[in-house]
Formats: sequence, structure tokens, C-alpha cells
Amino acid sequence: MDLVRYTLRRVFLSAFVVVGVTFLVFVVAQVVPSDPAALYAGPRPTAEQIAKARVTLDLDAPLPQRFVSFATAMGTGDFGVSYKSRRLISQDLRVYLPATLELAIFSTFLALLLGIPAGVIAAARRGSWLDRIGSLGSILSVAMPTFFFAMLLQLVFSQWLGILPLAGRLSQQISISDPLPFLTGFNLIDAVTAARPAVFLDALAHLILPALTLAAYPAGIAMRLTRAAMIEILARRHIVAARALGLSAPRILFGHALPNAVGPALTVIGLSFAYALTGAVLVEIIFAWPGLGRYVSEAILSKDFPVIAAATLVVTLCYVMMNLVIDLTQTLVDPRVALT
Amino acid sequence: MRCATVKGASAVTLLEIQGLSVTIPSALGPVQAVRSIDLCIARGEIHGLIGESGCGKTMTGMALLGLTPAYAQVAARVIEFDGVDISNSAADLRGRRIALISQDPAAALNPVLTIGRQMDDVLRTHSSNSKAHRAATAVALLAATGLADAPQLMKRYPHQLSGGMQQRVVIAQALATGADFLIADEPTTALDVTVGAQVLALLRKLVVDRGLTVLMITHDMDVVAAVCDRATVLYAGLSVETGPASAILTHPRHPYAAALLAALPDAAPRGQRLAAIGGQIPPSTETISGCAFSPRCPAVMALCHTMSPPARGAGNHRWLCHLAQCAP
Ligand SMILES: Nc1ncnc2c1ncn2[C@@H]1O[C@H](COP(=O)(O)OP(=O)(O)OP(=O)(O)O)[C@@H](O)[C@H]1O
Ligand code: SF4
Ligand SMILES: [Mg+2]
Repeated sequence: MDLVRYTLRRVFLSAFVVVGVTFLVFVVAQVVPSDPAALYAGPRPTAEQIAKARVTLDLDAPLPQRFVSFATAMGTGDFGVSYKSRRLISQDLRVYLPATLELAIFSTFLALLLGIPAGVIAAARRGSWLDRIGSLGSILSVAMPTFFFAMLLQLVFSQWLGILPLAGRLSQQISISDPLPFLTGFNLIDAVTAARPAVFLDALAHLILPALTLAAYPAGIAMRLTRAAMIEILARRHIVAARALGLSAPRILFGHALPNAVGPALTVIGLSFAYALTGAVLVEIIFAWPGLGRYVSEAILSKDFPVIAAATLVVTLCYVMMNLVIDLTQTLVDPRVALT
Repeated sequence: MRCATVKGASAVTLLEIQGLSVTIPSALGPVQAVRSIDLCIARGEIHGLIGESGCGKTMTGMALLGLTPAYAQVAARVIEFDGVDISNSAADLRGRRIALISQDPAAALNPVLTIGRQMDDVLRTHSSNSKAHRAATAVALLAATGLADAPQLMKRYPHQLSGGMQQRVVIAQALATGADFLIADEPTTALDVTVGAQVLALLRKLVVDRGLTVLMITHDMDVVAAVCDRATVLYAGLSVETGPASAILTHPRHPYAAALLAALPDAAPRGQRLAAIGGQIPPSTETISGCAFSPRCPAVMALCHTMSPPARGAGNHRWLCHLAQCAP
């Protein structure tokens, strides 16, 4: 079967990317000047403490051997301990990764919800004032620096209107006095399974501003890509044919033209998600969002390499999986995509 | 009745057009895609619209469907469908009384939707029947166009079909609208000769069985000979001769129609026959003085360059020429 062969090849390629990134992370950790043993040994370590740490961390073994043990550890999900906090990294990730994924998925969703319909309408009403407003909006959303947009949102919706929280992931009275039982780590989902609508709304309210900040850039890109794709599609012969058969304008636009834009739309989803994952670092700091981004930025400042390596690998894995799903969806949705 | 048709006074005129013009503004000045076309079509006939590339055949069809570009100016002295003036309401008839069979079936079908879905979209636009009822209708229509195993076909995508099958699906879609007037824009150009002949036979059968009327756009006199009852010859956006197909095929009056016929010998390669007439049609941005065909006409006279040719003929065979009788 072509589809099976195609799928296997994509999976193999994805695995190759992950192994490549693992190697890169390892190399970078060797090249960047830092003294992991000193960091591991704690504040103001003695020479003995450092020497002991070198043995514990196996730092004197030959490089190839260290790479193999590093790679196998990563492969089995054993990310080791943070040099700095000595906490198990896998346990930290259990908490921080869902927080970031919740933000990234929600913002990707927002970006598509804003960008794709705006692109469709701009294409359908090409040259009208609606089109011009849409284009202006997309340029602004792409050009405006993230931190500035975040501050603007905080100023308007928290300070002036007071309808959305300034930062954080949950209100303090909930997170401290009556925390959610940890199930998936996605607050929205955990609130639903715990049947606590008030917590759900609180989590949603905290999610909106950081997600909007993160959605601005991909929404602008989504709008422009969708607009360009739809303009090209709307000029195709089969659209004229559909009109000549008396089909209504909305049915032609959404039932006939839009399905032809699935390719570009899927591309946009991939781009948005990738942007959200990497963009999360800055946004999480601005909005005090306890996610992977903040976790990593702290690790970078202290050169806590096991944490950096683990986070890099996990983000790579998320992105590679997303791409795999998108590629496979593409072949399922468009019957003509050549399976190469 | 201002227009006479082949079946004489007993035939009912379905479509009458006088002095249709379509002008499209462009950077090079106004493009006269259609300059002045008269057309008179009786109910139940297959009417050929023949002329070489760029003479305004497709644009005439688009004007009847109300599908000219938004910035195009469409004007006509008379444009009546079934006795009603449709100069401002062509779009209302589109898909209800008038449907299009597009030029290239591969391009006319949506590549990412199944045949069943594309049939159903047409059917539910024009009826409020249940989904199951519509599915049965779609299968019946596909079968009526000679497609075998229609239920299976409903699940297929256009690229899985041959050109001839695609064209039959496009015809089934046109039938699904319930329209009684079909505009077939070169329905056989994209097909090979045998398949093209089968599609023409199918159209002829549908006209008889279902009481349809067809405007058959073509650049091929063979098609006129094969299926048309009457024909109108276009040159540079002008209708230069109209009459019974048999009369035009045996006794063409306009030198251009005669040239089209003379270029017909079976030895000539397909598709190049019209090019066998020397020269080209005048650019559609050009203002024509005298007879539009004068630069290429073998029978040209001095006055042809300066004076518009008069309308000649009577009854159902008319043409535009300074000659009283065709020279050749
Ligand atoms: N959208 C448009 N804008 C400008 N000019 C156009 C447009 N569509 C058609 N034309 C011009 O109008 C004239 C008639 O075009 P039309 O498509 O009706 O020709 P046709 O007889 O159908 O030719 P063919 O046999 O090649 O299909 C041509 O000169 C063409 O260049
Ligand atoms: S009017 Fe003159 S140029 Fe035109 S077709 Fe007749 S003879 Fe030829
Ligand atoms: Mg054409």
C-alpha cells in the first residue's frame, strides 16, 4: 500500500530529526563553556565536592560513551535531575509541559479562528473596505512586537476594563486554598473532570490574554495565506462552473472553494503551533505563566544543561509529531496528494 | 415574433437576442469581447455557435448566464428568454432554466469533492427533497448520461475518471439543475474523436427525450454537421450568418462561413482547420470600419473597407455582406 509506505517513511524521517536534535543538544552542551560539576555541587563548593560531582555525573568518561548513555536516557524518558535544583526533570515536565501545551494549543486555535475566516472574507470581498481593514489588521498583528502587544492587552483588559486577570494561570484563592486535583495538567480539562465550572471559567479567563498575545502573529500569517490561496482558488474554472449551476455564493465559498484550501490551512496550523511553542518563552515570562518557557529560561540563565536538553527534546518531539499528523491528514483530505 | 426559426411559424422561440455587446475596460482601451450578436433559438433545437478562437463565443454564453466579469458592460436591444425580457435578470435564470456545460470537464469539476457530493450540491440547490431521494436522483441522472455503475461512481473523485466520463458527469450536473436550456461550451474539444462523437450523440438523445434546447458552442464545422439543427456563424464578435445547419453546410452565403467550410477537408489536421484561412481576426480593442472580414475576404470589394455590410437574406437564413450572392 502506498499510504503505508508513505507513513513509514514519514515516521522514519521524524525519528531521524529527533535523533539529530539529540546529538546537537549533546554537542552544544560540550561546547558551551560551563562547569556542570560546580553547578551540581551547590553554592560555593569545595574542590572535593566538585570532584565528587564529576564522578556522580560521570563527566570523565569518554565522549562517545557519554553520548550513548545520554541518548539512551533521553530515549527512555529519563531526563535525569536538574543540576541546580536536583529535582527530577521528568517530574517538572509533567507539570510545566501541559501548561505550555494548553497555552500553545489554545492560541493556535485562536489564531486559526481569527485568521482563516478573515482570509476567506477578504478574498471573497477582494478590494472592498473589509479586505483593506483585514489586510491592515494582519500587517499590524505581524509587525507589532509581542511584548508591546502583551502590555497593551494587559493595560486595556486588566487595568482599564478590569475584566481579565493580569497574569498567572489560576486565581490565588483557587490554587492555594482549593487546588485542582492533578490529572492531565491541562487546567481546562482537569476542571471539567472535577466538575468545577467556576475553576474552568477562572482558568479560561487567565488563558485569554497570553493566548491572544501568542495568536497575533500566526493569525496575521494565517489571514494572508488563506486570502492568497482563496483568491487563486476562486478564479478556477470549477468555481465558475459551480456558479453557472446556480449554487449559492456561501455554498461555493465554504463548500467548494475552502476545501481546496485545506493544504494551505494545514500549513498554517503547523506554523502557528511551532510559533506558539517557541514564542511561549517570552509570553510566559510576561504573564507569569508557569510553563516550559519559564522553566527553560531559568535553566538557560544558570546553564542547567539537563533541563535545557530535556526541554529542547520535548519541544522537538511535540513539533515533529504535529508535523507528522499534519502531513498524514493532508494525504487523507486531498485525494490527489502524491504519496512521495 | 421578430425571429424566424427552422421549423417555421409553428416553432416557439425560446431565446431571442438582438445587438448583444459585451465591453470590458482594460489598460489597452475597451475590449469588445462581443460587438453585436443576433441570436434566435427555437425550443427543442440544437443551435450551433461557430467561429474561431477569440470571436466571443464563450462570452456570449456567459452573458446569457449573467456571469460576465463584474466590470464588463453588457448591452442589447433585445434579450428575451421564453418571451420575458431578461436584460436585468439573467442571473435569476442561471441554474434554474439555463445551465452551462463547461469547456474543459477536467477543470469544471471540483478536484477535492466526490462526484456524489458535487451532484448533491446541485440537486439540493434546486429542490427540497430528502437526502436519500436526492441520492437516487443523482444515480438516475448519471445513468441517463450513459455512465455504468453509477452508485459506485458517486464515491469517486474526478481525477479517477476518464475525460469522457468527466464530461458525462458535467452533463448530468447540468441536467440536475432541471434547466431546459443548456449552453454547451465546446463539449468535445477536450475529448478524442470517438468519445466526442459519443458525447454529441448523448446530447442529441437528451434533447429529444427531455425536450431540451442546446446552444452548442464550437469551432468545428464537423460538430455543426453532426448534431446542429441551426447555426450562427460569429466573426470578431459579430454574428455574420445564421440559418439552418444544412443550408450553411451546403450553401454558405457569407465568405467567412464559406471559408470555414472550405477549410474542412478531412485531410487537414484536427484543430488547425480554422487556421487554414489566412490572416487573423482583428484585435478586440480595434474599432472596425467597413466589413470586419475585409482584410481576409477573398471576394473583397472597395466599398467593403469603408461601408458596413447590409443585412441580407430573408426568413430563417440571413447574413451580413455586400455581395448579393456568395462569390465562390
Ligand atoms: N475577462 C476578460 N477580460 C478581458 N478580455 C476578455 C476576458 N474574457 C475574454 N476576453 C476577450 O474577449 C474576446 C472573446 O473571448 P471568448 O472567450 O468569448 O472567445 P471564444 O470565442 O470563446 O474563444 P475560444 O474558442 O478560444 O474559447 C477575446 O478577445 C478575449 O481576449
Ligand atoms: S462585405 Fe465584402 S469583405 Fe465582407 S464578407 Fe462580404 S465581400 Fe467579403
Ligand atoms: Mg471559449
